[in-house]
Amino acid sequence: MSMDPGLVVEAAEVTDVPLASANSRARLVWLRLRAMKRFWIGLTVLVLMVLWAFVGPAFSQWSITHIDVYNLDMGPTSRHWFGTNELGQDLYAQVMHGLQKSLVIGLVAGILCTALSAVIGAVTGYIGGITDRVVTWFIDLFLVLPSFFLLVICYPVFHGSWIILTFFLALTGWMVMAQTVRMQTRALREREFVKAARYMGFGTWQVVRRHVIPNVISLLIIDASLNVGAMILSETALSFFGFGVQAPDVSLGTLLDGGWTSATTRPWLFVFPAGALIVLLLSINLIGDALRDALDPTSGANRD
Amino acid sequence: MIGYIVRRVLNYLVLTAAATMLAYVLASETLNPALKFESKHPRPSQASIDIYLRGLGQDPRTPVVVRALHWFGDIFRGNLGLGVDNQPVTHELWTRMGVSLELLLVGSVIGVALGIALGVWGAVRQYSFSDQATGVLSYIIFATPTFVMGILAMIGATYLNRWVGHTLISFAGEYSPDVNGGWWPHFTDRLSHLSLPTLVLILGSAASFSRYQRSTMLDVLGADFIRTARAKGHTRRAALIKHGVRVALIPMSTFLAYSFGLLVTGATFLEIVFGWHGMGELALNSILNNDINNVAGSTLYVSVLILCSSLLSEVLYAALDPRARR
Repeated sequence: MSMDPGLVVEAAEVTDVPLASANSRARLVWLRLRAMKRFWIGLTVLVLMVLWAFVGPAFSQWSITHIDVYNLDMGPTSRHWFGTNELGQDLYAQVMHGLQKSLVIGLVAGILCTALSAVIGAVTGYIGGITDRVVTWFIDLFLVLPSFFLLVICYPVFHGSWIILTFFLALTGWMVMAQTVRMQTRALREREFVKAARYMGFGTWQVVRRHVIPNVISLLIIDASLNVGAMILSETALSFFGFGVQAPDVSLGTLLDGGWTSATTRPWLFVFPAGALIVLLLSINLIGDALRDALDPTSGANRD
Repeated sequence: MIGYIVRRVLNYLVLTAAATMLAYVLASETLNPALKFESKHPRPSQASIDIYLRGLGQDPRTPVVVRALHWFGDIFRGNLGLGVDNQPVTHELWTRMGVSLELLLVGSVIGVALGIALGVWGAVRQYSFSDQATGVLSYIIFATPTFVMGILAMIGATYLNRWVGHTLISFAGEYSPDVNGGWWPHFTDRLSHLSLPTLVLILGSAASFSRYQRSTMLDVLGADFIRTARAKGHTRRAALIKHGVRVALIPMSTFLAYSFGLLVTGATFLEIVFGWHGMGELALNSILNNDINNVAGSTLYVSVLILCSSLLSEVLYAALDPRARR
């Protein structure tokens, strides 16, 4: 008995459906993204900044520890493009290294933070009941205290280690997004496909991973892109006031701190790190906004 | 309605209390007020250190939760404990709070109002030159941390003063110590010192509020009820102001509650950068000095401020949206 060829084709089509729809959605988002000028501007600038931070030092004449004793406290010259500080260290090399650290901290903390809010928001929203109420109460509690104050109080814990600092940054930034994910999950919980999965006996974690998270993924992508900028901002502020990255590590925040006290007499010490920070945040914000518009055209949060 | 508000107020009060005690516990775990004796030669006896710690209410032998509860109970007697310098925390708070509130309130009220006005204006005149110019400007300001903007403004003011030839804008500290004459020179001196940090705070808050307001206003512009209002015979202007702006402000009241914490942080940074003796300086110094009571006192100040802004946003929400009053 030969198999009906039509049936085989149909079966193949059925298994293809979810795959095809996921692909076409990604394609749609990409098409929208591709048409946005600010996405390309942001991406180009960000890629250039990353290259500058990670590849630039290899081509620089000065290393971060090199001290040019003949050129202390010099403004920008052809030898030292961004000038030197009072120790004779080359600011150009320092800004590249600072950018490196700030980028790494921002990326890791930003993505970690979104992952935390996704897991906490989805699991509590899905389980509901007492866990949900307790976690919601804790989220409200953390919203009463600005994260900067919490981080400053915890400063003796991560004193000197930028890796622990990165984790703390993520730990203090997940609350708002977790609430949004939680609300979305509560709506999803009542949808047929989630109910079906639940009645089929899938556990909480499996339902969350396979049905809830994929449905809020666009929110999470947007949040991650915004978080990277926010985390870089927190890191620079903390380091600027002496509670973040500590010497001998260099970040944009420590450079701003070093340039601050003499900002009015030796402005180059402050202006160059500040400029690098602003351009970096600007490019990340541009990409984040473009992503938001491409993934969620109805949000209208940033229409042009 | 009254019942709802009372419930919300109670909820916020409990949250504020819990947040302050959490800060106290965290600070007790991370800071060590006895550390300042480590470097003393000769080192004071353990007995005298114990007496000192007990005076601060930070005897390590009492469990930290008991210490936190004790400290919190004293709030209602108007006592926030002693700082490491044996000065009452309340004394510090009262003198510094005025300084901080002046900057925060003036800057945020003008900034929020300006942001809302710019947002509405930009949405109504979408794609016009003024809309695009404020859009680009707010993008750049949004990407600039307030403390960086503050210092850049200081650098700019220095060049401006040098160019004019005399001190047009003074920015170091809260006032100049050497002002002579009556109240008028003192007043203009204060105003001059206030101008730069306030301007930066206004720009910072206006940038984020205008972007958000513009998008909520754009959502409203195409709504049916605006067309209905026009059909009833309202002019476009009246329809937009009476019906449009009111509806577009509803999500802003929630945004206010969320962004107020950032505003407080931004104002705190500016105070420190401009050398004002405000709450920001107190908070940072008390961490560096292992001063637990002052850390908790500063946290109390911040959380009460955020409590007030949350309440304000609830009241605004109820006032703007009749559905919320049921």
